[in-house]
Amino acid sequence: MTTLTATASTTQVADVPPSGFLADTWNVMTRELKPLWREPASVLFAMVQPLVFLGLFAPLLPSTPGGSALQWFVPGIVAMTCLMGASFTGANLSDEMISGSHERMLVSPLSRSSLLVGRACKEIVPLMMQTAIILVVVTPFSFDLHLGGVLVGVAMLALFSIGVGSLSFALALVAEGQEWLFWTVQQTLIFPVLLLAGILLPLDGAPGWLRFLSDLNPLTYVVDAQRELFSGMWNLDVIAAGFAGGALVAAFGVWVGVRGMRRA
Amino acid sequence: MTTHHIDQGPAIVTRGLTRHFTVRKEIVEAVRSLDLTIDQGELVAFLGPNGAGKSTTLRMLTTLLTPTSGTATVAGHDVAADPRAVRRAIGYVGQGNGAGHQQRGRDELISQGRAHGLSRQHARDRAAELIADLDLEAVADRKVTSLSGGQRRRLDIAMGLVHLPRVLFLDEPSTGLDPQNRANLQELVRRLHQQTGSTIVLTTHYLEEADALAERVVVIDHGRMIADDSATRLKDRLGDRVQLRFDSEQRATHAAERAAGLPGASVHRAGTSVEVRAPGAHEQAPALIADLQTSGLTVTGVEITRPTLDDVFLDLTGRSLREANQQTTPEGAAA
Repeated sequence: MTTLTATASTTQVADVPPSGFLADTWNVMTRELKPLWREPASVLFAMVQPLVFLGLFAPLLPSTPGGSALQWFVPGIVAMTCLMGASFTGANLSDEMISGSHERMLVSPLSRSSLLVGRACKEIVPLMMQTAIILVVVTPFSFDLHLGGVLVGVAMLALFSIGVGSLSFALALVAEGQEWLFWTVQQTLIFPVLLLAGILLPLDGAPGWLRFLSDLNPLTYVVDAQRELFSGMWNLDVIAAGFAGGALVAAFGVWVGVRGMRRA
Repeated sequence: MTTHHIDQGPAIVTRGLTRHFTVRKEIVEAVRSLDLTIDQGELVAFLGPNGAGKSTTLRMLTTLLTPTSGTATVAGHDVAADPRAVRRAIGYVGQGNGAGHQQRGRDELISQGRAHGLSRQHARDRAAELIADLDLEAVADRKVTSLSGGQRRRLDIAMGLVHLPRVLFLDEPSTGLDPQNRANLQELVRRLHQQTGSTIVLTTHYLEEADALAERVVVIDHGRMIADDSATRLKDRLGDRVQLRFDSEQRATHAAERAAGLPGASVHRAGTSVEVRAPGAHEQAPALIADLQTSGLTVTGVEITRPTLDDVFLDLTGRSLREANQQTTPEGAAA
């Protein structure tokens, strides 16, 4: 026990001034990444459904005149993985709210906004790992890899996942003590958002009301842009619309999430 | 870490500290106008039944809850006006586990050190020291879920100590631990207090714990502070209980009259037995018995009981702490 006192003098005089927002956010993000770093296979958890769709649904798709069905389908599956992973992530916060570690962090000097933003930014890492896994799986088949487009696409999805992740955390904060509420809302929202974005089937022949709802869905623009980029095409209007959709979700999500965390 | 220098002001000052909750449209006064001053280096226990307002008080002092009214200053900073300065100065061990269940203990200690502004190397060294000190070497690099209850609690305490806080708060630290681990934990808190000189505030609903550990016991019931003193003085004030038995009611009645002459004594006779309650009665009993003997009032049996904190609680509230713990109050649900 002697070290408890031995360090008393050094700790009390040493070290840096109070840390800023970026340092706090970095701290929260790296902490969140530790379990993934220790167990990289855990990244597969949010990928089960997308991989099932890729394996069992993609073969059912008819070949499109413009190219292979995979070329059309894979960007959507990457976006779906991103949506799944980011929307699940609030469950981790729920767990930490129950176990007490969230409370411990609320009493630490880390700023409230960094607790949210750091967690949301962490989503980018599994997103990149998952995209890489999907591309490794599909590239041997009838899928042409356009790396430049993929990288720009992932940057767009990063924005989108920060937004969705933040919303998922906000939902977890609101659902404190009622964890069923988190899953009910998450599951209720996720499939309409997926289907309306035309991830599984194209909405070209859809009735007007469905197309209207689809036009309101920011993910629609993100997915359209992903298809453009993953095919190595650079229609700037489509890409700009995708970034706008991603940025809108990110801005709205972070705003809602930070408000929720400040009230915690 | 500019706040880490030790100034001479008290560690905690509360004035009129109050917290209300609204439970089913009814206002519950969880903490009512608490006035408390705790000096640097004190070891204080908040004792009271479940739902008494202990944890609500602690949550206000640790910036987790904002007071409804009144003020609280911790380490010189107002909890409402400057919560981050308070957070930098305090360590907090909550009722749950501070370390994330999916994490490893060492990672969490380092991250906590970084959150408090330690350099990377310093945070790593500090984590290693605490792991050694709290006997966590075997489990520090395992996932927290795989640790036993006692190991997790030691890890929680290590998390609260990373930055050597000026004030350490422990909320029900021994709840859920077996007697062996509870004893170890009390020993650990005592050593910490001796060796670091930190102010330590803990809540407990275990009398034995408050009795064994704290130099100062703040008894809280229904959101109000009803006593504030050392355990010894609280008990001394209540007085010892001396039970004397005689071979006849007549003798007992005479003896009761004589015993009433003791300073501060309250005397009750029931049948052939006389109960004398007086401060320091355990020291006066031999003389009293000898005195009665010379007056021909032969004592046939004697029993002396030192009061427990439960007697103190009973005296203050009219009910025993054990009973009170079994009542569930709306404050408990809200807090």
